[in-house]
Amino acid sequence: MSDEFLPVVAEGELHQRLSRTWATPRGLWGVLTTVDPKIIGRRYVITALVFFVLGGILAGLMRLQLARPESGLIGPDRYNQIFSMHGTTMMFLFGVPVMEAMGVYLVPLMIGARSMAFPRLNAFSYWMYLAGAVMIFVAFILNIGPEAGWFAYTPLSGPVYSAGKRTDVWAQMVTFTEVAGLAVAVNIVATFFKLRAPGMTLARVPLFVWSELVTAFMIIFAMPSVMLATGFLMSDRLVGTHFFNASEGGDNLLYQHLFWFFGHPEVYIIFLPALGMVSQIVATFCRRTVFGYPVMVLALVATGFLSFGLWVHHMFATGLPRMGASFYTAASMTIAVPSGLQIFCWIATMWDGKPRFATPLLYVIGFIVTFVLGGLTGVMVASVPLDLQVHDTYFVVAHFHYVLIGGAVFPLLGAIYYWFPKAMGRMPNERAGQIGFWLVFVGFQITFFPMHILGLLGMPRRVYTYPAHLGWDGLNLLSSLGAVMLVAGMATYFLNLLISARKGPLAGANPWDAGTLEWATTSPPPVYNFAYPPVVEGREPLWEAGDQGLAVMEGMKADTREVLLTSAAEAKPDIREGSAKPSVWPLLTALTTTGMFIATIFNEWGLVWGSIPVTLALVGWFWPRPDHSEIAKVVA
Amino acid sequence: MRRGAVIVALLLAGCSGHQSPLNPSADQSGAIFDVWTAMMVVCGFMYLLVLTGLTWAIWRARRPMGLAPDAGHTAAEPLLERSLIGWTALVVVGLTVLITVSFLVDRRLAEAGPKPLNIKVTANQWWWAIEYQDPDPSQTIRTANELHLPMGRAAHVELHSNDVIHSFWIPNLAGKEDLIPGRVNQVVMTPRRTGVFRGQCAEFCGLQHAHMALDVTVDPPERFEAWRQAQLQPAPDPSSDLAEGQHLFLTKACVMCHAIAGTSAAAVAGPDLTHVASRKSIAAGALANSQTNLGRWITDPTAIKPGTTMPKVKLTGDEMAAITAYLASLK
Repeated sequence: MSDEFLPVVAEGELHQRLSRTWATPRGLWGVLTTVDPKIIGRRYVITALVFFVLGGILAGLMRLQLARPESGLIGPDRYNQIFSMHGTTMMFLFGVPVMEAMGVYLVPLMIGARSMAFPRLNAFSYWMYLAGAVMIFVAFILNIGPEAGWFAYTPLSGPVYSAGKRTDVWAQMVTFTEVAGLAVAVNIVATFFKLRAPGMTLARVPLFVWSELVTAFMIIFAMPSVMLATGFLMSDRLVGTHFFNASEGGDNLLYQHLFWFFGHPEVYIIFLPALGMVSQIVATFCRRTVFGYPVMVLALVATGFLSFGLWVHHMFATGLPRMGASFYTAASMTIAVPSGLQIFCWIATMWDGKPRFATPLLYVIGFIVTFVLGGLTGVMVASVPLDLQVHDTYFVVAHFHYVLIGGAVFPLLGAIYYWFPKAMGRMPNERAGQIGFWLVFVGFQITFFPMHILGLLGMPRRVYTYPAHLGWDGLNLLSSLGAVMLVAGMATYFLNLLISARKGPLAGANPWDAGTLEWATTSPPPVYNFAYPPVVEGREPLWEAGDQGLAVMEGMKADTREVLLTSAAEAKPDIREGSAKPSVWPLLTALTTTGMFIATIFNEWGLVWGSIPVTLALVGWFWPRPDHSEIAKVVA
Repeated sequence: MRRGAVIVALLLAGCSGHQSPLNPSADQSGAIFDVWTAMMVVCGFMYLLVLTGLTWAIWRARRPMGLAPDAGHTAAEPLLERSLIGWTALVVVGLTVLITVSFLVDRRLAEAGPKPLNIKVTANQWWWAIEYQDPDPSQTIRTANELHLPMGRAAHVELHSNDVIHSFWIPNLAGKEDLIPGRVNQVVMTPRRTGVFRGQCAEFCGLQHAHMALDVTVDPPERFEAWRQAQLQPAPDPSSDLAEGQHLFLTKACVMCHAIAGTSAAAVAGPDLTHVASRKSIAAGALANSQTNLGRWITDPTAIKPGTTMPKVKLTGDEMAAITAYLASLK
C-alpha cells in the first residue's frame, strides 16, 4: 500500500535524486556530522538503553546487598554512590532521554515530514547528552560518583557534608542533560506546529505526537528550575555563596522547592510519552482508532498542567503549613482523574475492537495492571497523614517503580518492539517476545510487590543494611530473587531484538497493518522519509485511504533539502523552507561546551575562559549560508 | 478489616511489628491507620473495577469478528460515552471522599491538648540528643537515642538538627517529621498502649543513615515517673573498684565529647552518658547494650559504624576493662 502513492513514472529517478540530496556522508565523517533525525534518534535510543542496562546492574548490586540482613558485601560509601547513580542514571540518563529520543525518531515520520525543524540542534543535543553521561560514569568508576542521592538535598550535598568533587560532578551532569533535553524539546515543539503534513489538523495528530508535544512543553518549563537548584548548589560549593546555608540566612527548603518543582513534572515527562505509545499500540492491535480521542488529548494536556501543582507532596514531612499541604493533597489526587479517563478509554478500545494479543499489546495489558496499582498507591501517598507514615520507606520505592517501570518502561518495551520493524526493517521473534514479556512482568511483581509490605513494616529507603530482628529478611530475599527473573526477562527481550535485527524476516512497509503515516514509507525509511508530502484526511490515514493509497502533494524540490511548512492549527501548506545539511558544528559546539562545563567543576573561571571557544563554535554554526535560508511560498 | 490487615502483614513478615504503622499504639498513628483503611477500601474497589473491565475486554476478544480496522465511529460509541461519564463521576466521588478523610485526620494530628510533655529532640550524624524540658531547669533530663513516654499523655516533640536533614519517625506512634537545620518542627504523640517500639531516621543523612535508630518505651504514668526520677539523679560517686574507670574517662579523649552529670564531663558533641547503662542499645541502635558491646564499640567505632564521628581512642586492655566497667555501672 505504501508505495502506491508514488507516481510510477518518476519513482526511480526521484528516489535517486532525493537520496543524494538527503544523504549522510559515509564513514566516520558521516557519523560525526549527520543531522538525520532517524540516525540521531536511533543512536539516542540505543545509548539510553545502554544506560538503562547500566542502571539495572546498579539495581542488581543493591538487591544483592539487601538480600541478607547485616550483609557486608558493599560498604556504606559505595552503597550510597550506587543508589545515587542508580536514580541519577534512570531519571537523567535513561528516562527522559529515551522518551525524547523516541520522539526524535518517530515524530517526523508520524507527521509525514522530511526532517525536524532544527536538525542540527538534535545532533548537538545527542553529543551533550553523551558527554554528560560518559563523564558521570567515568567519575563513578574513579570513585567520585555522586553520594547524596539523585535528589542531592542540601546540606548533605553542600560544601561541609559532601567535601570533594562528587556532588559537583553530579550537579554538572544535570546541566549537561538539561541542555540536551531543552534542545530536543524546542525542536519537537517547532516541528509539531510547523512541519505536519498538509491536512493533519490538530484534531488528527496521532496521540503519541501529542504526548511528545506536551512533554516538550513540560521540559521547557520544568528544567530551568533544576538548573537553578544545581546552579545555586555549585555556586555554594565553588564560590562560597550561601543560598542553602541556614546559618548564613540561606534556606534548605528552597533547594527542595526548586528541585521538586522540576522533579515532579520530571516523572510525568517520562510517563506522558509512554501514554502516547500505549495509545498507538492499542489502536493498531485492537484494529480500532482509540475511543475518545478529544478526551485523550485533553487528559494529556491536563496531566501536563496539573503535574506542576504537585511538587509539595514530596515535602509533606518538612513541616509546611498544614492548610497549604492539604491543597497539594487535593491537587495530587486530582491527577488521578485524567489518568482514570485514559485507562477507561484504552480498555474501552480493547473491548470494542478486535484485539490481537501480540507482544506490544501484552506490554500494554501489563502496563494497565501494574500502572493502575502504582497510581492508586500514588493516591495514598498524596494524602498528608498517610504520607507521613510511608514517605521515605520502601512503600514509596514500590510505588514509583510501579508507575515508572509499569507506567513507562512496560509501554516503552512494547513500543520499541512495535516500531522495531520500522526502524530495522526486520521482524522480531514473537515467541521470544512473549516469553520475555512474561518473565519481565512476573519478575517485576515479585521484585517490587513485597516492597509495599516492607515499607508498611517500617523499612526506610536508602539504608545500606538492616538488622535481622525486624522481620524484613524474608521479603527482601524474595524481592532479590524476583530481580533475577526480571533480569532474565530483560535479557530475553534485548537478545531477541539483537538477533532479529540481523536475522529476522523482512518486515515490509506496514507489517502490523497500522493506520498512521510512519507505516506509509518503507522499512527502514529512506533518508528523505517520504517521496512526496502525504496529504492527511483523517486520524488513521492509512486505514482511511484503504486500497486507493494516500493522496500526496507535489512540488517539493528534489535537489536541495527542503521541508514543507504548514499552518499551526489547520496544517495548510504555507511555505517551503531549506533544511540544514550535515554539519560538524553541533559536535564542535558540544565539545567546547563540554570543556567549559567540566572546567567549571574545578574552577569558577572555567565558565569565563571556557565560554570563548563555545562562542567561536556558535559563530561557526550560525555563519550565514544562503542555501539554508531559501524560503519559497507554496503555490497552491 | 483493620485487624485483618495487621495480621496478614505481620504473618507475611513473621514478626512483632514494633516498627510498623500497621500496629498503631497512639492517637495519631491510629488516626492515620483510619486513613489507610479508607484508602484500602476505595482504592481496592477501583482497582477491582479496572481489572474486571480489562478482563472483560480480553474475554470479549473471543467473539467472532471481521478483521477490517475501524477508523471512525462504531455502534458501541454512545454506550461507551455514557460509561465514561459514569466512570469519571465515580473517580471524582472516590477522590472527594479520600481528600475529605485525609484533611480531617490531618487537622487532628497537630492537636496536643492540655499539659503536654515537652521534649526537644536534636538530630546529629548519626544519633539523637534528647532533652525533657521543664520550666524548672533542675527538672530537665538529658539522654540520647532513647525515649520514654507516659501512656495517655500527649508528648509534644520539638525537632532540631545540628548538621544535615534527618527525619524523626516512630511509626507505631505517629507519622514522621523532618529535622532541618535552621528550622524547628513539631510532632505530637499521645500513646495509648504500653510497650517497646523502635524509631528510625527516615531521611537519607549520609554514611550511617542505616544505623540511626531510637528505642521508645511507653510506660504507665507511675512507671514513667519512676524512670524520670531516676534520670534526674546525677551519676553516683563510683565505688573504689570503679574509680579507675571514671578517672580514665575524665582524663582520656572521652571527656572531650561526652557528658556525665555529677562529674566534670559536660561536653555536648556526643551522647550524654549519665545513665548510659539504663539504655537498651548503644550507638543509636547499632548494638545491644552490654559491657562487651561497649568494649567492641569503643575499641573500633568505625568497624561498627563506618564513618562515625566517634574516634578510636588508644586504650590498653586494662584501661578498656576499667572504662567499660564504669560505664556499665551508670544505670
